[in-house]
Amino acid sequence: MPAVPRYMYRSWWKITGIILLTYTFTAGLLGPVPKLPLLQETIRNLYFHVCMWFGMMILFTVSVVQAIRYLNSMDRRHDLASRHFAGVGMLFGLLGYATGAIWAAYTWADPNVSFADSFSTIARDPKLIGAAISLLVYFAYLVLRDSIPDIDRRARISAVYNIFAYVILFPAIWILPRVLESLHPGQDGNPALDVKNDISSDMRLVFYPAVIGWTLLGVWIATLRIRMESIKEKQLAS
Amino acid sequence: MTRAIWTLFKKDLLLEVRQQYSFYGILLYAVSTLFVLYLSMDTPEPRVWNGLFWIIQLFICTNAVAKGFLQESRGRWLYYYTLAHPITIVLAKLLFNVLLMAAMSLISLVLFRLFLGAPYLHAMGFLGIVLLGGISLSLVFTFLAAIAAKAQQNAAILAILGFPLILPQLILLQQIADTQFRVGSGVDWVTVGLLLALDGLVVILATVLFPFIWKE
Repeated sequence: MPAVPRYMYRSWWKITGIILLTYTFTAGLLGPVPKLPLLQETIRNLYFHVCMWFGMMILFTVSVVQAIRYLNSMDRRHDLASRHFAGVGMLFGLLGYATGAIWAAYTWADPNVSFADSFSTIARDPKLIGAAISLLVYFAYLVLRDSIPDIDRRARISAVYNIFAYVILFPAIWILPRVLESLHPGQDGNPALDVKNDISSDMRLVFYPAVIGWTLLGVWIATLRIRMESIKEKQLAS
Repeated sequence: MTRAIWTLFKKDLLLEVRQQYSFYGILLYAVSTLFVLYLSMDTPEPRVWNGLFWIIQLFICTNAVAKGFLQESRGRWLYYYTLAHPITIVLAKLLFNVLLMAAMSLISLVLFRLFLGAPYLHAMGFLGIVLLGGISLSLVFTFLAAIAAKAQQNAAILAILGFPLILPQLILLQQIADTQFRVGSGVDWVTVGLLLALDGLVVILATVLFPFIWKE
């Protein structure tokens, strides 16, 4: 097993990520935000909740690209990368789901009703359905992966499932909100694009750096896990 | 190419005719599931009927399609390997499963009609949607069955892989079918188009990806 790609050892992008996240936490919690009815100060959650989704999408996309590269080259490094980028994508997805569901419980639903009671109503929202489906699909990916003992077969089959799932899943998730009713902003189309209309320019100054910062953090976690795994494999081989 | 697909398709059909236990097995599964439903509830409301119908379709599909790839032994794969191109094999399987599931959908529709009533307003419209649904489900599950077979797993992994992945299509199907339960709402052609586009995507993906998994 050859060494991991060089960019994983570089520190400039990790430092950038830390700086951007420090900025996100200070400017995000202290900076000016529009006072919208219902949302009020909770709108600051945008810097955390929405960024989780962006991060998840980006990490899953990296994962599927690595899966395609694995099938092209049959190089195990791409398989390892595909697995761990998907894993961190799922972590972001879970955090995004949690931050979104709690946020919705206080803004869409009656804040006086407990979160557990309003959850069944909130979870019916198309965006949350889409999120839950994608998490389930990637959990299935992990189950499939771990169920195959042979290393090469595992890599090949999970890469195929990864590509199949990604290509079926994401168009379907974009279609769902058009078919079902939703309270979520960005109703007509990509949930990301409403950022242009719905939030003030002050917020955008924090939001875009936050997306980059969180994504870099995700990449960092993934690369650490990839490096750990390749060390483990090296020890097994020697 | 077309001839190879046709031959492989005929082989599957012949196997089905000769070993009828599998066909009757699925049929028995459908009937007994439905009978359990029938005994555990009175005539359901239209919305519940619709939901139950698609869930039962999903279970029937998992069972009907699973054996398509799983029945092939390792030796037979090696034999195919010398004979046919992977794309012809996967297309023949898709074609066969589409027909099998279309037949199963029709049968389960008749059973639902008999046991749980007919809350839909337009029988022909609903029939068309049921066929479309059967085809959509069988396409996705056929490819997943190929993955499950190559992972040397049993049919249980098929449900684990398939249920999350089929959910978007199932929701679309329920939405389209829902129009057939209300007065004055026609078929939602845009959603039907989206579903057909997804089906096309599944076929394309299956032909592109199958060559990667079929070799040992």
